[in-house]
Amino acid sequence: MTLVEVALRAVSVLAAFLVLPLLVGQTEHKLMAHMQGRLGPMYAGGFHGWAQLVADGAKFVQKEDIVPAAADKRLFRLAPAIALIPYLVALAVVPIAPGVAGLDVPASAILVLVATGVGALGTLIAGWASANKYALIGALRAAAQLISYELPIVLAVASVCLAGGSLSLPTITERWQPHWLLWQLPGAIVFLVAAVAELQRPPFDTPVADAELVMGPWTEYTGLRFAFFLLAEYAGIVVLSLLFAALWLGGWHGPFSEHLGWVWTLLKGFAVAILVIWMRVAWPRVRADQLQRLAWLWLVPLALLQLALTGVGVVMGW
Amino acid sequence: MSAPKDKRGRDGILPGLLKGMATTAKSVMRPTHTAEYPHAEPTLPPRSRGVIALLEENCTSCMLCARECPDWCIYIDSHKETIPATTEGGRDRQRNVLDRFAIDFSLCMYCGICVEVCPFDALFWSPQFEYAEYDLRDLLHEKDRLGEWMATVPPPPALNESAADPAEVTAANRPERGR
Repeated sequence: MTLVEVALRAVSVLAAFLVLPLLVGQTEHKLMAHMQGRLGPMYAGGFHGWAQLVADGAKFVQKEDIVPAAADKRLFRLAPAIALIPYLVALAVVPIAPGVAGLDVPASAILVLVATGVGALGTLIAGWASANKYALIGALRAAAQLISYELPIVLAVASVCLAGGSLSLPTITERWQPHWLLWQLPGAIVFLVAAVAELQRPPFDTPVADAELVMGPWTEYTGLRFAFFLLAEYAGIVVLSLLFAALWLGGWHGPFSEHLGWVWTLLKGFAVAILVIWMRVAWPRVRADQLQRLAWLWLVPLALLQLALTGVGVVMGW
Repeated sequence: MSAPKDKRGRDGILPGLLKGMATTAKSVMRPTHTAEYPHAEPTLPPRSRGVIALLEENCTSCMLCARECPDWCIYIDSHKETIPATTEGGRDRQRNVLDRFAIDFSLCMYCGICVEVCPFDALFWSPQFEYAEYDLRDLLHEKDRLGEWMATVPPPPALNESAADPAEVTAANRPERGR
Protein backbone atom coordinates (compact mmCIF):
# COMPACT_ATOMS: atom_id res chain seq x y z
CA MET A 1 0.00 0.00 0.00
CA THR A 2 1.60 3.19 -1.13
CA LEU A 3 1.33 6.44 0.74
CA VAL A 4 -1.00 7.88 -1.89
CA GLU A 5 -3.33 4.92 -1.54
CA VAL A 6 -3.33 5.25 2.24
CA ALA A 7 -4.20 8.93 1.96
CA LEU A 8 -6.91 8.22 -0.60
CA ARG A 9 -8.51 5.52 1.56
CA ALA A 10 -8.34 7.71 4.67
CA VAL A 11 -9.93 10.64 2.85
CA SER A 12 -12.72 8.53 1.38
CA VAL A 13 -13.53 6.96 4.76
CA LEU A 14 -13.56 10.44 6.31
CA ALA A 15 -15.86 11.68 3.54
CA ALA A 16 -18.24 8.76 4.12
CA PHE A 17 -18.00 9.43 7.85
CA LEU A 18 -19.07 13.04 7.35
CA VAL A 19 -21.72 12.48 4.67
CA LEU A 20 -23.55 9.29 5.67
CA PRO A 21 -24.46 10.43 9.23
CA LEU A 22 -25.86 13.66 7.80
CA LEU A 23 -27.88 11.62 5.34
CA VAL A 24 -29.27 9.52 8.18
CA GLY A 25 -29.91 12.64 10.25
CA GLN A 26 -31.77 14.37 7.45
CA THR A 27 -33.80 11.20 6.84
CA GLU A 28 -34.66 11.20 10.51
CA HIS A 29 -35.73 14.85 10.37
CA LYS A 30 -38.04 14.27 7.45
CA LEU A 31 -39.31 10.78 8.29
CA MET A 32 -40.02 11.64 11.91
CA ALA A 33 -41.81 14.81 10.85
CA HIS A 34 -44.06 12.99 8.42
CA MET A 35 -44.74 10.23 10.93
CA GLN A 36 -45.99 12.97 13.24
CA GLY A 37 -48.00 14.74 10.54
CA ARG A 38 -45.44 17.54 10.15
CA LEU A 39 -43.29 18.65 7.25
CA GLY A 40 -39.92 18.92 8.98
CA PRO A 41 -37.24 21.32 7.72
CA MET A 42 -38.45 23.07 4.56
CA TYR A 43 -36.31 26.17 4.07
CA ALA A 44 -32.56 25.51 4.47
CA GLY A 45 -31.01 24.95 1.06
CA GLY A 46 -34.24 25.63 -0.80
CA PHE A 47 -35.49 22.17 -1.73
CA HIS A 48 -37.31 20.57 1.22
CA GLY A 49 -34.67 21.79 3.65
CA TRP A 50 -31.94 19.47 2.40
CA ALA A 51 -29.21 21.65 3.91
CA GLN A 52 -30.73 21.82 7.40
CA LEU A 53 -27.97 19.79 9.06
CA VAL A 54 -25.28 21.78 7.25
CA ALA A 55 -26.90 24.93 8.63
CA ASP A 56 -27.04 23.32 12.09
CA GLY A 57 -23.34 22.51 11.83
CA ALA A 58 -22.54 26.10 10.83
CA LYS A 59 -24.53 27.27 13.85
CA PHE A 60 -22.74 24.91 16.25
CA VAL A 61 -19.34 26.16 15.01
CA GLN A 62 -20.25 29.72 15.93
CA LYS A 63 -21.31 28.86 19.48
CA GLU A 64 -19.16 29.65 22.47
CA ASP A 65 -17.17 26.69 23.73
CA ILE A 66 -17.89 26.63 27.47
CA VAL A 67 -16.03 24.48 29.97
CA PRO A 68 -17.61 24.55 33.45
CA ALA A 69 -15.34 25.87 36.19
CA ALA A 70 -15.69 22.71 38.29
CA ALA A 71 -15.21 20.35 35.37
CA ASP A 72 -12.24 18.05 34.90
CA LYS A 73 -11.11 20.20 32.03
CA ARG A 74 -8.85 17.86 30.05
CA LEU A 75 -11.27 14.95 30.22
CA PHE A 76 -14.17 17.26 29.46
CA ARG A 77 -12.48 18.44 26.28
CA LEU A 78 -11.37 14.94 25.35
CA ALA A 79 -14.73 13.17 25.76
CA PRO A 80 -16.33 14.17 22.42
CA ALA A 81 -13.30 12.86 20.56
CA ILE A 82 -13.46 9.58 22.47
CA ALA A 83 -17.11 9.30 21.53
CA LEU A 84 -16.58 10.15 17.89
CA ILE A 85 -13.29 8.67 16.65
CA PRO A 86 -14.02 4.98 17.40
CA TYR A 87 -16.92 5.10 14.98
CA LEU A 88 -14.57 6.46 12.34
CA VAL A 89 -12.27 3.48 13.00
CA ALA A 90 -15.22 1.10 12.88
CA LEU A 91 -16.50 2.58 9.65
CA ALA A 92 -13.09 2.10 8.07
CA VAL A 93 -13.29 -1.71 8.27
CA VAL A 94 -16.94 -2.19 7.29
CA PRO A 95 -16.97 -3.75 3.81
CA ILE A 96 -19.11 -2.12 1.14
CA ALA A 97 -18.39 -4.46 -1.79
CA PRO A 98 -16.03 -7.44 -2.34
CA GLY A 99 -12.58 -6.06 -1.60
CA VAL A 100 -13.94 -2.56 -1.06
CA ALA A 101 -13.41 -1.35 2.48
CA GLY A 102 -11.40 1.46 3.96
CA LEU A 103 -9.13 -1.10 5.51
CA ASP A 104 -9.02 -4.89 5.36
CA VAL A 105 -7.77 -6.37 8.62
CA PRO A 106 -7.92 -10.08 9.50
CA ALA A 107 -10.22 -9.86 12.53
CA SER A 108 -12.30 -6.86 11.55
CA ALA A 109 -15.39 -8.16 13.39
CA ILE A 110 -13.51 -7.92 16.68
CA LEU A 111 -12.09 -4.53 15.74
CA VAL A 112 -15.58 -3.17 15.14
CA LEU A 113 -16.87 -4.53 18.45
CA VAL A 114 -13.93 -3.09 20.37
CA ALA A 115 -14.18 0.26 18.63
CA THR A 116 -17.90 0.69 19.30
CA GLY A 117 -17.34 -0.37 22.91
CA VAL A 118 -14.72 2.38 23.28
CA GLY A 119 -17.05 4.88 21.65
CA ALA A 120 -19.56 4.31 24.42
CA LEU A 121 -16.86 5.25 26.93
CA GLY A 122 -17.04 8.82 25.61
CA THR A 123 -20.46 9.15 27.25
CA LEU A 124 -19.12 7.94 30.58
CA ILE A 125 -16.14 10.28 30.49
CA ALA A 126 -18.33 13.22 29.49
CA GLY A 127 -20.71 12.53 32.36
CA TRP A 128 -17.96 12.19 34.93
CA ALA A 129 -15.93 15.18 33.77
CA SER A 130 -18.88 17.56 33.61
CA ALA A 131 -19.19 17.92 37.42
CA ASN A 132 -22.95 18.06 37.06
CA LYS A 133 -25.47 15.87 38.84
CA TYR A 134 -27.59 15.26 35.75
CA ALA A 135 -24.53 14.39 33.71
CA LEU A 136 -23.30 12.05 36.42
CA ILE A 137 -26.64 10.25 36.80
CA GLY A 138 -26.84 9.99 33.02
CA ALA A 139 -23.35 8.54 32.89
CA LEU A 140 -24.21 6.01 35.60
CA ARG A 141 -27.27 4.93 33.66
CA ALA A 142 -25.17 4.74 30.51
CA ALA A 143 -22.60 2.58 32.29
CA ALA A 144 -25.27 0.17 33.51
CA GLN A 145 -26.76 0.06 30.03
CA LEU A 146 -23.45 -0.53 28.27
CA ILE A 147 -22.41 -3.36 30.57
CA SER A 148 -25.75 -5.08 29.98
CA TYR A 149 -25.91 -4.67 26.24
CA GLU A 150 -22.30 -5.26 25.29
CA LEU A 151 -22.74 -8.96 26.02
CA PRO A 152 -25.71 -9.66 23.68
CA ILE A 153 -23.93 -7.77 20.89
CA VAL A 154 -20.77 -9.83 21.27
CA LEU A 155 -22.75 -13.07 21.43
CA ALA A 156 -24.82 -12.20 18.36
CA VAL A 157 -21.76 -11.27 16.31
CA ALA A 158 -19.96 -14.36 17.57
CA SER A 159 -22.81 -16.46 16.22
CA VAL A 160 -22.45 -15.02 12.74
CA CYS A 161 -18.67 -15.36 12.90
CA LEU A 162 -19.17 -19.02 13.82
CA ALA A 163 -21.57 -19.49 10.92
CA GLY A 164 -19.19 -17.85 8.47
CA GLY A 165 -16.16 -19.57 9.96
CA SER A 166 -14.21 -16.33 10.06
CA LEU A 167 -13.60 -13.20 12.10
CA SER A 168 -13.18 -11.08 9.00
CA LEU A 169 -16.25 -9.10 7.95
CA PRO A 170 -15.68 -9.40 4.15
CA THR A 171 -15.18 -13.16 4.45
CA ILE A 172 -18.35 -13.59 6.52
CA THR A 173 -20.37 -11.56 4.02
CA GLU A 174 -18.83 -13.53 1.15
CA ARG A 175 -19.95 -16.81 2.74
CA TRP A 176 -23.42 -15.48 3.54
CA GLN A 177 -26.29 -17.64 2.28
CA PRO A 178 -29.96 -16.61 1.93
CA HIS A 179 -31.03 -19.26 4.46
CA TRP A 180 -29.03 -17.34 7.10
CA LEU A 181 -31.93 -14.88 7.15
CA LEU A 182 -33.95 -17.51 9.01
CA TRP A 183 -31.14 -19.39 10.69
CA GLN A 184 -29.56 -16.25 12.19
CA LEU A 185 -32.83 -14.40 12.77
CA PRO A 186 -32.82 -14.52 16.61
CA GLY A 187 -29.23 -13.24 16.65
CA ALA A 188 -30.15 -10.50 14.19
CA ILE A 189 -32.99 -9.28 16.40
CA VAL A 190 -30.75 -9.42 19.47
CA PHE A 191 -28.05 -7.44 17.68
CA LEU A 192 -30.44 -4.80 16.41
CA VAL A 193 -32.05 -4.22 19.80
CA ALA A 194 -28.77 -4.29 21.69
CA ALA A 195 -26.98 -2.03 19.21
CA VAL A 196 -29.74 0.58 19.41
CA ALA A 197 -29.45 0.35 23.20
CA GLU A 198 -25.68 0.72 23.01
CA LEU A 199 -26.09 3.87 20.92
CA GLN A 200 -28.47 5.17 23.62
CA ARG A 201 -31.05 5.86 20.98
CA PRO A 202 -34.72 6.02 21.85
CA PRO A 203 -36.44 3.84 23.08
CA PHE A 204 -33.27 3.08 25.07
CA ASP A 205 -32.27 6.66 25.80
CA THR A 206 -32.58 6.66 29.58
CA PRO A 207 -29.05 8.14 29.93
CA VAL A 208 -30.16 11.30 28.11
CA ALA A 209 -33.82 11.16 29.13
CA ASP A 210 -34.57 14.83 28.63
CA ALA A 211 -37.60 14.87 30.89
CA GLU A 212 -35.54 13.65 33.81
CA LEU A 213 -31.88 14.46 33.19
CA VAL A 214 -31.91 17.59 30.99
CA MET A 215 -29.51 16.14 28.41
CA GLY A 216 -27.76 13.49 30.51
CA PRO A 217 -23.99 13.36 30.05
CA TRP A 218 -24.15 16.08 27.38
CA THR A 219 -25.85 18.64 29.61
CA GLU A 220 -22.79 20.88 30.03
CA TYR A 221 -21.61 20.71 26.43
CA THR A 222 -21.98 23.52 23.93
CA GLY A 223 -21.06 24.28 20.38
CA LEU A 224 -18.89 21.98 18.35
CA ARG A 225 -18.22 19.53 21.17
CA PHE A 226 -21.96 19.00 21.62
CA ALA A 227 -22.29 18.60 17.85
CA PHE A 228 -19.60 15.91 17.97
CA PHE A 229 -21.74 13.86 20.36
CA LEU A 230 -24.69 14.16 18.02
CA LEU A 231 -22.48 13.25 15.06
CA ALA A 232 -21.20 10.25 17.03
CA GLU A 233 -24.78 9.08 17.56
CA TYR A 234 -25.57 9.24 13.86
CA ALA A 235 -22.20 7.80 12.85
CA GLY A 236 -23.07 5.00 15.27
CA ILE A 237 -26.32 4.40 13.41
CA VAL A 238 -24.39 4.26 10.13
CA VAL A 239 -21.90 1.75 11.52
CA LEU A 240 -24.65 -0.35 13.09
CA SER A 241 -26.74 -0.32 9.90
CA LEU A 242 -23.87 -1.20 7.56
CA LEU A 243 -22.66 -3.87 9.97
CA PHE A 244 -26.15 -5.33 10.18
CA ALA A 245 -26.43 -5.23 6.39
CA ALA A 246 -23.05 -6.91 5.96
CA LEU A 247 -23.49 -9.64 8.58
CA TRP A 248 -27.19 -10.52 8.51
CA LEU A 249 -28.59 -9.19 5.25
CA GLY A 250 -25.82 -10.42 2.99
CA GLY A 251 -24.21 -7.07 2.18
CA TRP A 252 -23.54 -6.91 -1.54
CA HIS A 253 -25.39 -10.17 -2.39
CA GLY A 254 -28.24 -9.42 -4.76
CA PRO A 255 -29.02 -9.14 -8.48
CA PHE A 256 -26.12 -7.73 -10.56
CA SER A 257 -23.90 -7.96 -7.50
CA GLU A 258 -20.73 -7.98 -9.67
CA HIS A 259 -21.30 -4.35 -10.60
CA LEU A 260 -23.86 -3.02 -8.18
CA GLY A 261 -22.70 -4.74 -4.99
CA TRP A 262 -21.93 -1.48 -3.19
CA VAL A 263 -25.42 -0.19 -4.02
CA TRP A 264 -26.93 -3.26 -2.39
CA THR A 265 -24.87 -2.81 0.77
CA LEU A 266 -25.79 0.85 1.04
CA LEU A 267 -29.47 0.19 0.31
CA LYS A 268 -29.70 -2.54 2.92
CA GLY A 269 -27.86 -0.37 5.42
CA PHE A 270 -30.21 2.52 4.68
CA ALA A 271 -33.22 0.27 5.23
CA VAL A 272 -31.84 -0.72 8.66
CA ALA A 273 -31.23 2.96 9.48
CA ILE A 274 -34.84 3.73 8.60
CA LEU A 275 -35.95 0.93 10.91
CA VAL A 276 -33.84 2.46 13.71
CA ILE A 277 -35.46 5.84 13.09
CA TRP A 278 -38.90 4.26 12.99
CA MET A 279 -38.33 2.58 16.36
CA ARG A 280 -37.42 5.96 17.81
CA VAL A 281 -40.61 7.59 16.58
CA ALA A 282 -43.07 4.82 17.36
CA TRP A 283 -41.98 3.56 20.75
CA PRO A 284 -41.88 5.10 24.20
CA ARG A 285 -38.74 5.14 26.31
CA VAL A 286 -38.19 2.09 28.51
CA ARG A 287 -37.47 2.53 32.18
CA ALA A 288 -34.00 1.78 33.53
CA ASP A 289 -35.21 -1.40 35.25
CA GLN A 290 -37.13 -2.55 32.17
CA LEU A 291 -33.93 -1.98 30.24
CA GLN A 292 -32.02 -4.37 32.49
CA ARG A 293 -34.84 -6.95 32.40
CA LEU A 294 -34.87 -6.90 28.61
CA ALA A 295 -31.11 -7.35 28.42
CA TRP A 296 -30.63 -10.11 30.97
CA LEU A 297 -33.91 -12.05 30.74
CA TRP A 298 -34.47 -11.88 26.99
CA LEU A 299 -31.51 -10.80 24.90
CA VAL A 300 -28.71 -12.72 26.62
CA PRO A 301 -30.63 -16.05 26.73
CA LEU A 302 -31.78 -15.53 23.16
CA ALA A 303 -28.23 -14.82 22.03
CA LEU A 304 -26.95 -17.90 23.84
CA LEU A 305 -29.68 -19.96 22.20
CA GLN A 306 -28.69 -18.55 18.84
CA LEU A 307 -25.07 -19.42 19.51
CA ALA A 308 -26.07 -23.01 20.31
CA LEU A 309 -28.25 -23.17 17.22
CA THR A 310 -25.40 -21.87 15.08
CA GLY A 311 -23.07 -24.44 16.64
CA VAL A 312 -25.48 -27.22 15.75
CA GLY A 313 -25.87 -25.81 12.25
CA VAL A 314 -22.14 -25.58 11.65
CA VAL A 315 -21.56 -29.13 12.89
CA MET A 316 -24.43 -30.45 10.76
CA GLY A 317 -23.06 -28.53 7.81
CA TRP A 318 -26.08 -26.28 7.02
CA MET B 1 -56.05 -6.11 16.00
CA SER B 2 -57.68 -8.28 18.66
CA ALA B 3 -54.73 -8.64 20.98
CA PRO B 4 -54.65 -10.77 24.11
CA LYS B 5 -55.31 -8.49 27.06
CA ASP B 6 -53.44 -8.84 30.32
CA LYS B 7 -54.95 -8.77 33.82
CA ARG B 8 -55.32 -5.01 33.75
CA GLY B 9 -56.96 -4.94 30.34
CA ARG B 10 -53.91 -3.69 28.45
CA ASP B 11 -52.53 -5.00 25.21
CA GLY B 12 -49.40 -7.10 25.51
CA ILE B 13 -45.97 -5.65 24.79
CA LEU B 14 -45.63 -6.96 21.26
CA PRO B 15 -49.09 -5.89 19.98
CA GLY B 16 -48.48 -2.49 21.53
CA LEU B 17 -45.15 -2.09 19.75
CA LEU B 18 -46.60 -3.22 16.43
CA LYS B 19 -49.55 -0.87 16.85
CA GLY B 20 -47.13 2.02 17.37
CA MET B 21 -45.28 1.18 14.19
CA ALA B 22 -48.52 0.76 12.24
CA THR B 23 -49.85 4.11 13.42
CA THR B 24 -46.68 5.97 12.46
CA ALA B 25 -46.53 4.18 9.11
CA LYS B 26 -50.11 5.21 8.40
CA SER B 27 -49.46 8.86 9.15
CA VAL B 28 -46.39 8.82 6.88
CA MET B 29 -48.74 7.85 4.05
CA ARG B 30 -51.21 10.63 4.81
CA PRO B 31 -50.48 14.16 3.59
CA THR B 32 -49.38 16.45 6.40
CA HIS B 33 -51.71 19.13 7.70
CA THR B 34 -49.04 21.80 8.06
CA ALA B 35 -50.02 25.20 6.65
CA GLU B 36 -46.81 26.97 5.66
CA TYR B 37 -48.09 30.25 7.01
CA PRO B 38 -46.08 33.08 5.49
CA HIS B 39 -46.46 31.46 2.08
CA ALA B 40 -49.99 30.19 2.50
CA GLU B 41 -52.81 32.36 3.81
CA PRO B 42 -54.37 30.86 6.92
CA THR B 43 -58.07 30.11 6.75
CA LEU B 44 -59.49 32.07 9.67
CA PRO B 45 -62.85 31.22 11.19
CA PRO B 46 -65.63 33.79 10.82
CA ARG B 47 -65.71 36.48 13.53
CA SER B 48 -61.95 36.14 14.07
CA ARG B 49 -60.65 38.74 16.51
CA GLY B 50 -57.56 40.06 14.77
CA VAL B 51 -57.60 43.80 15.38
CA ILE B 52 -60.12 46.49 16.27
CA ALA B 53 -60.90 48.90 13.43
CA LEU B 54 -62.35 52.37 13.85
CA LEU B 55 -64.96 54.02 11.61
CA GLU B 56 -64.12 57.58 12.52
CA GLU B 57 -67.25 59.20 11.06
CA ASN B 58 -69.46 57.21 13.41
CA CYS B 59 -67.56 58.10 16.55
CA THR B 60 -69.15 60.73 18.75
CA SER B 61 -66.35 60.74 21.35
CA CYS B 62 -68.86 59.50 23.90
CA MET B 63 -66.02 57.70 25.74
CA LEU B 64 -68.16 54.65 26.49
CA CYS B 65 -65.54 52.33 24.98
CA ALA B 66 -62.71 53.96 26.90
CA ARG B 67 -64.64 53.71 30.16
CA GLU B 68 -65.68 50.11 29.68
CA CYS B 69 -62.25 48.93 28.58
CA PRO B 70 -61.03 46.60 31.38
CA ASP B 71 -57.38 47.52 30.95
CA TRP B 72 -57.88 51.13 29.87
CA CYS B 73 -56.03 50.82 26.61
CA ILE B 74 -58.21 53.25 24.63
CA TYR B 75 -57.15 56.88 24.57
CA ILE B 76 -59.65 59.51 23.37
CA ASP B 77 -59.14 63.27 23.08
CA SER B 78 -61.87 65.53 21.73
CA HIS B 79 -63.08 69.06 21.83
CA LYS B 80 -66.40 70.75 21.25
CA GLU B 81 -67.02 72.89 18.25
CA THR B 82 -69.84 75.34 17.96
CA ILE B 83 -71.88 75.20 14.79
CA PRO B 84 -73.48 78.58 14.22
CA ALA B 85 -77.23 78.65 13.86
CA THR B 86 -78.36 78.21 10.29
CA THR B 87 -81.49 80.28 10.72
CA GLU B 88 -81.93 83.77 12.05
CA GLY B 89 -82.48 83.77 15.81
CA GLY B 90 -81.74 80.04 16.00
CA ARG B 91 -79.70 78.35 18.62
CA ASP B 92 -76.01 77.53 18.06
CA ARG B 93 -75.33 73.85 18.12
CA GLN B 94 -72.33 72.07 19.55
CA ARG B 95 -70.74 68.88 18.35
CA ASN B 96 -67.85 66.75 19.49
CA VAL B 97 -64.80 66.58 17.26
CA LEU B 98 -62.50 63.63 17.70
CA ASP B 99 -58.87 64.71 18.04
CA ARG B 100 -57.29 61.47 19.02
CA PHE B 101 -58.47 57.89 19.15
CA ALA B 102 -55.78 55.36 19.97
CA ILE B 103 -55.78 51.73 21.06
CA ASP B 104 -52.71 50.31 22.75
CA PHE B 105 -52.59 46.75 21.44
CA SER B 106 -49.81 45.88 23.84
CA LEU B 107 -52.42 46.23 26.61
CA CYS B 108 -55.53 45.15 24.73
CA MET B 109 -56.74 41.70 25.73
CA TYR B 110 -59.11 41.37 22.80
CA CYS B 111 -62.18 41.04 25.00
CA GLY B 112 -64.23 43.04 22.50
CA ILE B 113 -66.19 44.93 25.15
CA CYS B 114 -65.48 48.22 23.33
CA VAL B 115 -66.96 46.79 20.13
CA GLU B 116 -70.00 45.53 22.04
CA VAL B 117 -70.56 48.71 23.95
CA CYS B 118 -70.22 51.24 21.11
CA PRO B 119 -73.76 52.59 20.53
CA PHE B 120 -72.87 54.18 17.17
CA ASP B 121 -71.19 51.25 15.40
CA ALA B 122 -67.82 52.94 15.23
CA LEU B 123 -65.70 49.95 16.31
CA PHE B 124 -65.45 46.65 14.44
CA TRP B 125 -63.56 43.43 14.66
CA SER B 126 -61.20 42.82 11.74
CA PRO B 127 -59.55 39.43 11.11
CA GLN B 128 -56.29 41.19 10.18
CA PHE B 129 -53.57 39.97 12.57
CA GLU B 130 -50.26 40.80 10.93
CA TYR B 131 -49.29 43.95 12.81
CA ALA B 132 -46.43 42.67 14.97
CA GLU B 133 -43.78 45.19 15.94
CA TYR B 134 -40.21 44.98 17.15
CA ASP B 135 -40.90 47.41 19.97
CA LEU B 136 -43.77 47.09 22.43
CA ARG B 137 -44.36 50.83 22.31
CA ASP B 138 -45.03 50.71 18.59
CA LEU B 139 -48.23 48.78 19.23
CA LEU B 140 -50.05 51.97 20.21
CA HIS B 141 -52.05 52.68 17.06
CA GLU B 142 -53.69 56.02 16.31
CA LYS B 143 -56.99 56.62 14.56
CA ASP B 144 -55.58 56.82 11.04
CA ARG B 145 -54.09 53.35 11.40
CA LEU B 146 -57.25 52.04 13.05
CA GLY B 147 -59.22 53.53 10.17
CA GLU B 148 -57.09 51.72 7.57
CA TRP B 149 -58.20 48.45 9.08
CA MET B 150 -61.84 49.23 8.27
CA ALA B 151 -61.15 47.95 4.74
CA THR B 152 -60.48 44.50 6.14
CA VAL B 153 -63.67 44.26 8.18
CA PRO B 154 -65.87 41.53 6.70
CA PRO B 155 -69.51 42.29 5.90
CA PRO B 156 -71.85 41.42 8.75
CA PRO B 157 -73.33 37.93 8.62
CA ALA B 158 -76.70 37.61 6.90
CA LEU B 159 -79.75 37.70 9.14
CA ASN B 160 -81.34 34.45 10.08
CA GLU B 161 -84.37 34.11 7.86
CA SER B 162 -86.42 32.25 10.42
CA ALA B 163 -85.71 34.79 13.15
CA ALA B 164 -88.46 37.03 14.45
CA ASP B 165 -88.68 40.51 12.95
CA PRO B 166 -86.96 43.33 14.83
CA ALA B 167 -89.18 45.13 17.32
CA GLU B 168 -89.23 48.27 15.15
CA VAL B 169 -90.55 46.37 12.16
CA THR B 170 -93.16 44.64 14.29
CA ALA B 171 -94.25 47.98 15.71
CA ALA B 172 -94.50 49.59 12.28
CA ASN B 173 -96.54 46.72 10.86
CA ARG B 174 -98.92 46.54 13.78
CA PRO B 175 -102.51 47.03 12.62
CA GLU B 176 -104.02 50.30 13.68
CA ARG B 177 -106.10 50.26 16.81
CA GLY B 178 -109.73 50.30 16.11
CA ARG B 179 -111.30 53.56 17.23
